[in-house]
Formats: sequence, structure tokens, C-alpha cells
Amino acid sequence: MKTTGKVSGIISNIVIVKADGAVGQNEICYVYCGDTRMMAEVIKVIGDDAYVQVYDSTRGLKIGDRVEFEGHMLQATLAPGLLSRNYDGLQNDLEKMDGLFINRGSITEPLDFECKWAFKPLAKAGDKVSAASWLGEVQEQWIAHKIMVPFVMTGNYTVKSVAEAGEYKITDTIATLVDSDGNEYPVTMVQKWPVKQPVRCFTEKPRPSKVMETGVRAIDTFNPLAEGGTGFIPGPFGAGKTVLQHAISKQAEADVIIIVACGERANEVVEIFKEFPELVDPRTGHKLMERTIIICNTSNMPVAAREASVYTGMTIGEYYRSMGLRVLVMADSTSRWAQALREMSNRLEELPGQDAFPMDLSAIISNFYARAGLVKLTNGETGSVTFLGTVSPAGGNLKEPVTESTKKAARCFYALSQGRADSKRYPAIDPLDSYSKYLEYPEVEEYLAGKIEKGWVELVRRGKTIVLRGKEANDQINILGDDGVPVDYHERFWKSELIDFVILQQDAFDDIDANCPMERQQMMYKKVLDICDYDFDFEDFEACSKFFKGLINLFRQMNYSEWKSEKFYDYDKQIEEYVRSAK
Amino acid sequence: MTTRAFQKIYTKIDNITKATVTLRATGVGNDELATVGGKLAQVVKIMGEQVTLQVFAGTEGIATNSEVVFHGEPPKLKVSDNLAGRFFNAYGEPLEGGEQLEGEAREIGGPTVNPFKRLQPSELIATGIAGIDLNNTIVTGQKIPFFADPDQPYNTVMANVALRAKADKIILGGMGLTNDDFLYFKQVFENAGALDRIVSFVNTTDNPPVERLLVPDMALTAAEYFAVDKGEKVLVLLTDMTLYADALAIVSNRMDQIPSKDSMPGSLYSDLAKIYEKAVQLPNGGSITIIAVTTLSGGDITHAIPDNTGYITEGQLFLRNDSDTGKVIIDPFRSLSRLKQLVIGKKTREDHPQVMNACVRLYADAANAKTKLENGFDLSDYDERALKFAHDYSEKLLAIDVNIDITEMLDTAWSLFGEYFTKEEVAIKAELIEKYWKA
Repeated sequence: MKTTGKVSGIISNIVIVKADGAVGQNEICYVYCGDTRMMAEVIKVIGDDAYVQVYDSTRGLKIGDRVEFEGHMLQATLAPGLLSRNYDGLQNDLEKMDGLFINRGSITEPLDFECKWAFKPLAKAGDKVSAASWLGEVQEQWIAHKIMVPFVMTGNYTVKSVAEAGEYKITDTIATLVDSDGNEYPVTMVQKWPVKQPVRCFTEKPRPSKVMETGVRAIDTFNPLAEGGTGFIPGPFGAGKTVLQHAISKQAEADVIIIVACGERANEVVEIFKEFPELVDPRTGHKLMERTIIICNTSNMPVAAREASVYTGMTIGEYYRSMGLRVLVMADSTSRWAQALREMSNRLEELPGQDAFPMDLSAIISNFYARAGLVKLTNGETGSVTFLGTVSPAGGNLKEPVTESTKKAARCFYALSQGRADSKRYPAIDPLDSYSKYLEYPEVEEYLAGKIEKGWVELVRRGKTIVLRGKEANDQINILGDDGVPVDYHERFWKSELIDFVILQQDAFDDIDANCPMERQQMMYKKVLDICDYDFDFEDFEACSKFFKGLINLFRQMNYSEWKSEKFYDYDKQIEEYVRSAK
Repeated sequence: MTTRAFQKIYTKIDNITKATVTLRATGVGNDELATVGGKLAQVVKIMGEQVTLQVFAGTEGIATNSEVVFHGEPPKLKVSDNLAGRFFNAYGEPLEGGEQLEGEAREIGGPTVNPFKRLQPSELIATGIAGIDLNNTIVTGQKIPFFADPDQPYNTVMANVALRAKADKIILGGMGLTNDDFLYFKQVFENAGALDRIVSFVNTTDNPPVERLLVPDMALTAAEYFAVDKGEKVLVLLTDMTLYADALAIVSNRMDQIPSKDSMPGSLYSDLAKIYEKAVQLPNGGSITIIAVTTLSGGDITHAIPDNTGYITEGQLFLRNDSDTGKVIIDPFRSLSRLKQLVIGKKTREDHPQVMNACVRLYADAANAKTKLENGFDLSDYDERALKFAHDYSEKLLAIDVNIDITEMLDTAWSLFGEYFTKEEVAIKAELIEKYWKA
């Protein structure tokens, strides 16, 4: 018997329900407003009053309206067929909805239950298995989608039977498992998992050691993101957070990409809807959409579902990680999620923390970031979830609670600066404030030495020093004037400008410059460093700035030229001659 | 609103605050309208039998025995083609005693367009103002505010943009508009012979501030009628959104909510997004474009209102007084149109993106030179030329009184490049320099 209840109070989208039975924290319930059935989640219980947040507008709801409790928490439905889909925060398939508008209580199936999949068994009768063990696989797009023992099945089981290779619907039984007491459990290709709980079906979580290439020079060369790592991009509006995230989602070296558009603009999601089905992933030759799942809860969609959207995205990410895949989950923007928490907390009349955010904000954020990571699966394979979130700090001030809490949790920090954005130096990643903790990991250093070249991290540090010294020189020039400092200062400043213009800046809207493979980054970076290493002897500061401006122009043309094309080598030669003439 | 038969009339109010009344009532729906002592009110909270209503016009003069009648429905607007050419108050009632509207009554603040059903905006809106068309091109389905100080002529600029934009309908949502500005809009639209394309919902400074909260939803419900039902290109003008947000703060304060940054309610982002996200490009060819005004205090964009707005809208147009030329310009550094990439160089001439960027970069060099000058340092020859360029650029392109087409803007920019700089200094792709350079 399901618990039911009646509405006894309404404050915006918080509804107080008088329940007639047991109610669980975070349990899902449905609130009926006339014929409309709206999903809601229990967020507080006092006596027999359950406080629920409704994932929809409560307009017209009345005292005494009926409520039905479901007996489970918010769940994601996991099975083959998730890829390429566009969901809302509660995993309703947006494509299946009728009409132009999303009407209240619109609920659609997240998957296709009629479609048949070609199943291949991987396990056999007698195998010992536990949660997340691979039983078989189907081909989903170009990914071998593993059919696993459901994550909710704790303990050990023995496989009694596995279906033969053939075509099955996702609801067909493909295996039967037996526990130590002899109870039998049929397993299908579909499983459900409560989104707010991390999936822990792995043996260990080692430190990340590989780097995930993104094609963005300011990230890959200067502050690399590790596979299974975490990072965040704070920046004031207009600093290019979304453009940067889109670039990464197009180019990142991952098997599955999950984009969570959390409380942001609908037109930005439309851009992905339109572009991704047409763009081709250069690594695999497949359409980008084939490896992408979009969770879209734009800013005008219900606030409570915004909070759910990041968890839904992360759960799907963990599901694919358990298949031994490299998953990248991106959320734009986690500040909107924090604001959703603030709105709820405010309506519950909780005592507020800083800027009226809930007191446990920091804990919620770090728990969420901790779900990312590289894991060793029970069968010895590895899988990873890399998480990259954006933060929209109020007033561009990085001292606000969401940025500070995230800084404690994430290992990479890509600070977008207003100053760089104002002078159109994109991507506006501040080279001095930003960091990647992974550069300090010996295992990452070793990996980069093998992948790129020996002593690479040392070269990166040198580049950073040049940028820092250039900034110091520039400060001096600004205080003392062009003539007030030795020419040497100007040279130092212009060397940092060279790194800035050639390596750090990148044109995300240029077909060629947008995506810079590591091999090309290495070549360009070393070319620039070689020039920085040379002590030029300029007559005066004007000769110095003239030389570097010309040099930067040549390098920029080179960046715009196709990799290893005739034009590319032509500019390379021009640069060499240009530099030689100045020595 | 006339009372219907068997409608229950309550005559006992328990609590009265400045903006709300609370009474015992049953069968009341959330968000429902009611009349309290002859004033319009809306249900904002229900706790058992205790119903709290927000009285739009304030509670002055309401007594504990005033009559309360519930209407049984949320605020609605009667939509039809007859909306065109009319002026309404915040409740959607005709101003100046015109005849009542007929048509289908639609709930205001209705549901969201499914993002999957949206189209990508792709149609350029030409305004003739180079600060917009050249540097911050606007497209249909976009939402963009002017950030301006209260003394700047934002309403004039907005009226110009509206009239040049070739929209099928222009919907004006005026919040806290001074009577003078209201009459100005009316006169400009009348003189342009555009009155039949215009629908206005106006809350002037004479009206109670809380009433303003209804204006954007009224305006956007009318906009959705013309865009969704009729497939028209609709331009919605909202001025001034800062006053709208102030009204939100008043209400939240009186509801005892904990304020967040700058005394604004914690839900400010969602409240503003609900309005701006109505901007849409529809598959039927209709569109809603929103141009708003957010007034700043002393150019401070870190205040919660412009800050949250900036995160929601697709860019902003920043007005600034340029002391060099004595004109109001659209600041090229702080202004941005996020959707310009969809049209520039595609719907406009190929050199548009590069010319735009080069202009801004050179203008930034001039700004550095100016700082040097102010600090008493010598200027180089390049600095001198950059300063001259900046003056002409500001006067011929950035000023809001410019009215030329985009090709002419690009040609003007090339002439300025040729006049003050060498090809290397301009640093544009070699192919474009060859084609367009003007010695």
C-alpha cells in the first residue's frame, strides 16, 4: 500500500503534505492539481507533515488536493539507448513531448522500450558476479554497451543462465542470478539508480595519471585536466565560459560526453542541438551527437528540477564509467544549482549562511565533485568520469561562497578574467591565477614525459615564469613609463605577450585554430620558448615592440594555417628568417 | 471584476501588513486573484485555512472588515488582433477609458517553450547604429538589455531601435516609466505612423510599484499570441527592469524572506530568467526578441540586478558618455552580443568579424595611450595615431546617433585603418587586407 496524503499548505513550489503513513526523506511523490500529475520530492518531514518541493508550477493547487508517495527516491533509468538523447533534469525525453510548450506534468519515457538490441553474452553459467559485473554487451552507436548486474544488487551471486546471442528488448530477461540462499533474480537490460547516491561498484579509486586532451592550448599546455579529474571554470558573464565549455565538449578525448545545461540560456542548448548532429569527431570519424547526452534544464524551467539535473547527469556518467569508458561530464553552471538550493532553503526558513546560501553548501559541492574519478572495476578494467563545471560568481567576485566551496573540491581552476575578456583575449583563462594540481602529480609528470617529451612539465613551468616576469615588467613600465625602465624590461614584457598571443589565445570560431592537437601545441610552444630564451639586444623600446608585434602577427597567421600545410611551413620559414634578422 | 452568483464574500481579515492581508478561507487555489476592499490581490501563500494575499496597490485603507472576493483564476489577458494600437495598465485594462478587450482569456506567465522545439536565431536585426550592428549585432529571438545610467538617453535609443527594426509588432512594457517618457514613446510611435503595430502595457511612477510585477508577463503573453498564433516577428521593449527588480525586493521583504546580495530576493535570477527566456525563434517563422533597459547606479555592473541580468541575457549594450567627442556611445569593451557569431560574416560581408575585432583592439591601444598621457608619459608615434583613430571611430561609428547600413560601416572602418595605420598594425588575415584595404 502506497502512502497517500493531502495538501495542507503552499508556499510557492514548496507544498506541505499531511501524510497518512510512512514517508522517507528525498522520497518522490506525485501531487495532483486537477488532472495534472506533478512530480515532487520530500525535503523535510515534521510530524506527519511532509515538506515537498514540486518540480513544476503550483499555480491553482488547493488545500486538500491529493498526493501519492512512490516509496523510492529520484531515480535515473539506465539501459542501452541513452546516447544522443535530450533529457530534462528529471530524465524526461524532450524530443518525445508534444506541442511547442512544455505543459505542466509532462512526463515522457527516457528510453525506447520497443527497440531491439543485438545482445552478445560475456558471462556464462556458473560465473561468480556482483553489482556492475558485465553479463553481456550490445552495440550502442559505436560503443560496446555492457549489460551489467544492477548496481542495487548488493552481495555475491552466481550466474544461473545467460541469454543466447540474439535480438532482445531492453525489458527482456537476459540473465538469471542466484544468491547464496538459492533465490533467483531475473536481470534485464534496464536498471534504476537513485541519482543522489554515488555508484560505488568498483574496487579502488587510484589517483588520476593520464591527461585528457581538449584541443585548447591554455588548458592542455599550461594547466592540463586529468582523465578522471575535476576542474571548474569561474568567470563573470561575457568572459566566455560557455564558448569554452562548448569547445571542450566538441574536442575532448572522451568516449561519452554528458552536457548538463543547468539553469542557463535555452538558445545555447539549441546551438548544441543544431551543431552536434552535424559535426564530426575528428578522432573517431563519428558524429559528435553519437557520443553525447544532453541534460537540459534551462533557466526558465522549474527550479527544483535544476538541482536534480546535475545528479541525473552524474549518475548516467557513472553508469558508462562502469563499462570501462572515459566519460566527461560538464555542468553549466553549478552556480545555478547552488541558487536552486538557496531558494529552497529560504522557503524552508532555514538559518542562512553567507549570501543566504544554505550552511551545508560547501559539503554538498564537495560530495558532488567527489563522485568524479578514475576507478578500477571489479574485472580489472578502468573507467573514468572527468567533471568540469562552470561557476558564475556574483559580480565576478571570486570570494563568493560557490566559488570558494568549489575551489576546495576541484583540482583544476580555470579563472576567466574580466580584463582579458574586455581586451578580447580569448579564451580569457588567466595564466597566473589558474592552476592544475595535476602538474604536481609525479605520475602525471611521468605520463607527459612519455606522451609528449621528457622534461615537458619543466618546460611548462618555464613558460609560466616568463608570463609572470612579463607581468611584473609591465607593472614597472606602467609606473615608470616607457623611457623610465631599461629596454630589457620591455623585452621581458613582450616575451610574455608572445606566449599570450600565440599559445594562450585561441580563436574558437576559426575552423583550424579552434582545435589544436597536442603534437601541434608541442611544436608551437617549443618554437615560442626558443625565442624567449634568446637575449635580444634592441636599440630602444620601440624597436623591441615593433619586432614582437611583427613576430606575433606571423605566428597568428601560422596558427590560422592548416597543420603541416605548405602555408604553415611557409610561415614557419618566415618566422625563422624574421628572428634571425633581429639577432 | 463583477461578482458572480453564489460567490462567497469574506468580510473578516486577520492580519494586514503594508503589502499583504491574511484571512481564513477555503477552496482557494495558489496564485489565484482576488479583490480585497476593491483592490486587486493575488494569493501568495496558503497554510491550512490561512490564506495570504499580496495586494498590488498596497493595503492603505483596507479594514479588517473589508470585502474579499476570490476570482477562482490566476491573472489573465484577453488576446486578439484588437490588442494592436492600444495602451493598457498593468492589469491589462485599457487606459484612457477605451472600450474593454474581447478575445480569448489566457493565463499570463504561462509554460516554457520546449528547448528542443526552438530554432537557432539566424535573422539579423539592422538598427543603423554601428555600435550595435557592427560590434554587437542583434538577431531575432535574442534577449539583450541596455545597461545605462539613469541620465542617459536609453529610452530614445530604444525607440529608435524599435522603429528601425522592421518588426511586425512592437510591445512596450513600461515599468515605473515617468509620465513624460510614456508620452514621449506615444508621440514617437504616433509620428512614425507605427501606432497600429504597437501594444503598450504601462505602469507609470504614478501607479503603485508592486503592480509593475504584472507588466512583463502581460507584455509577453501578448507577444506570444502574435508570435506563436500569428507567426509574426515581435519585438518586446521592457523599461526599466531595475525598477521591476526593486518591486520584487519590496514584496520579498514584506513576506519576511531572507535577502541575499544587495537586498535582492534569493530567487532574483529565476524571476528574471522567467521573463527573458520568453525570447524565442519559433519554427513557424514567428519570433520574440526582447530589448530591455537595466539602469545602473554609477555604472556599477556588479550590483545584483545587472549582474544576474548579464548571466541571463545574450549580451548587453553598455551606454557611456565619451568625453573626447561629447557623444553618447555604445562602449565596445563592455558591450557584447552573444548571438552575433550566427550572422556576422555570414549574413553580412565576409570581412565583418575581423574588421570588428581589429577596431576594438586598436581602440584598446588608444585607451592605453590615453592612460599614458594622463600619467604624464611621452606618447609614441603609434600612440598618437591610435588616439586620432579612436576619436574618429567614436564619432563615426560608436555614437548612438549614427544611422548607416552595415556595408557602409565596414567601409568606414577600412578608411579609418588606411588613414591611421599600416597593414601590419591592423593585423587582419592577408586575403582580406588585399581585397578591402583603402590607402
